[in-house]
Amino acid sequence: MKPFDYYEPTSIGEACSLLGELGPAASLLAGGTDLVVRMKRGVSEPVGVINLKTIPGSNEIALEGGNVRIGALTRLADLAVSPLIRAKLPALALGADSVGTPQIRNLATLGGNLCNASPCADTAPALLVSEASLQISGRQGTRQESIASFFLAPGKTTLSAGEIVTAIIVPVPSLLTVQTFIKLGPRKSGDISVVNTAVSLSFDGGRCARARIALGSVAPTPLRARETEAWIEGQEASSIDAAEAGRRAAEEVRPISDLRGSQEYRKEMVSVLTERALSSLLQKL
Amino acid sequence: MEKTIRFHLNEKPLEVSCPVHWTLLELIRDRLGLTGTKGGCREGECGTCTVIVDGRNVNSCMMLAVDVAGRSVTTVEGLERNGELHPLQKAFIAKGAIQCGFCTPGMLMSAKALLDANPRPSRSEIRKALSGNLCRCTGYEKIFEAIESVGAGEIFDVDDGVWQAIEQVQKPRD
Ligand SMILES: Cc1cc2nc3c(=O)[nH]c(=O)nc-3n(C[C@H](O)[C@H](O)[C@H](O)COP(=O)(O)OP(=O)(O)OC[C@H]3O[C@@H](n4cnc5c(N)ncnc54)[C@H](O)[C@@H]3O)c2cc1C
Ligand code: FES
Ligand code: FES
Repeated sequence: MKPFDYYEPTSIGEACSLLGELGPAASLLAGGTDLVVRMKRGVSEPVGVINLKTIPGSNEIALEGGNVRIGALTRLADLAVSPLIRAKLPALALGADSVGTPQIRNLATLGGNLCNASPCADTAPALLVSEASLQISGRQGTRQESIASFFLAPGKTTLSAGEIVTAIIVPVPSLLTVQTFIKLGPRKSGDISVVNTAVSLSFDGGRCARARIALGSVAPTPLRARETEAWIEGQEASSIDAAEAGRRAAEEVRPISDLRGSQEYRKEMVSVLTERALSSLLQKL
Repeated sequence: MEKTIRFHLNEKPLEVSCPVHWTLLELIRDRLGLTGTKGGCREGECGTCTVIVDGRNVNSCMMLAVDVAGRSVTTVEGLERNGELHPLQKAFIAKGAIQCGFCTPGMLMSAKALLDANPRPSRSEIRKALSGNLCRCTGYEKIFEAIESVGAGEIFDVDDGVWQAIEQVQKPRD
């Protein structure tokens, strides 16, 4: 790795001013599992590295009113075993538990997984189906942004210079809600997704009142299959045709061919994974 | 840029200065001379660099050394007690869970982190806990057996049991 200057802020305010002063030559360090690889490969050569882990209290998970508030520095291993996350947001617990390896999950943070903005980020689909939002601090103050508009392109988010994600706010579903997450990769561990999907279904008196399907690795950013969602909504649980929903979802994605899978394979797998996720949820009801 | 950090290494307090762009793996091997921890892929994939930081197994190749300030680090050198091998080390030898040995330090550290948190893990819990450690030689089965045997409280006396068995195997047949 190329030498850099190193900073240990002790508050978000201090981190924002450091980031502002140093400008684009600085990188924020969370768990480092993306940044350290990029620095080793020479893809990133920051002049300054600002360690966010020295800011106290940025890794807490708490129920606040109707929301779960997850500090951006929460490690994926902690998310995966948190009783609150497993009970209220099971797709997120499964997504976090599917990232990399145990050693990676002991380092990697939720904020890092999102800010890295990879189309295959395994925590993104669960947050999309739960309609989470991000709390962002900058020198101008704080703002909140929906996860649905946060990702712009691979490696690009709406974060502007000097901004830091401080927390992820996830509304707890009020209706009877079932959720799951499925990841398809070449190996069971340590591989990134060829396709991943999260599905969340909420029911009101037997009818599906809210359907959410999110897919990763099938477009420049993780996305929702909105037309398929609308097709499911209003249907009785017993009449939802999971296979048909899978076929519809496959029509909504725009995958590319790369070394992990061809466009055709990915489309087919969107159909299979969506069907599997839906049927497993419908069986649980 | 250099920084002086204080932390516990294998239960002993330590103060050391190192470049801020060094990984923990570089600090452990190149400055502190503890070469039990191996460097393989150096990109978080293989797990041979695994050490335990505050009770959790992590890839030392992925962590900046300065990140362990104030924390407690255990490497494979910290496993033995008063010159006696850790039960996991004995079990690895007894069960034939070591061939070339390159993955072994990392395997031992992931296994220790598991047993410290969950003393009697099931086979599937062992498989998951070791899923970040690659082995090119053993096929994993013997490694899982070794960890299971420690969980089950079987202790292997390396001095009299295993070595004699190995000598017998190695003796040419008449
Ligand atoms: C072997 C290996 C396997 C992996 N497998 C997977 C996988 O299966 N699935 C998957 O999704 N990912 C995987 N990854 C990628 C990576 O581990 C995850 O994306 C991880 O969650 C990143 O988090 P981090 O805290 O380590 O991020 P860092 O590397 O610290 O940061 C990532 C980026 O986000 C920025 N950033 C971090 N936190 C903030 C913040 N709070 N505000 C603003 N910007 C911020 C950083 O500046 C950096 O640009 C893998 C990586 C490795 C090395
Ligand atoms: S050397 Fe660290 S994971 Fe391979
Ligand atoms: S014993 Fe050779 S890599 Fe595991």
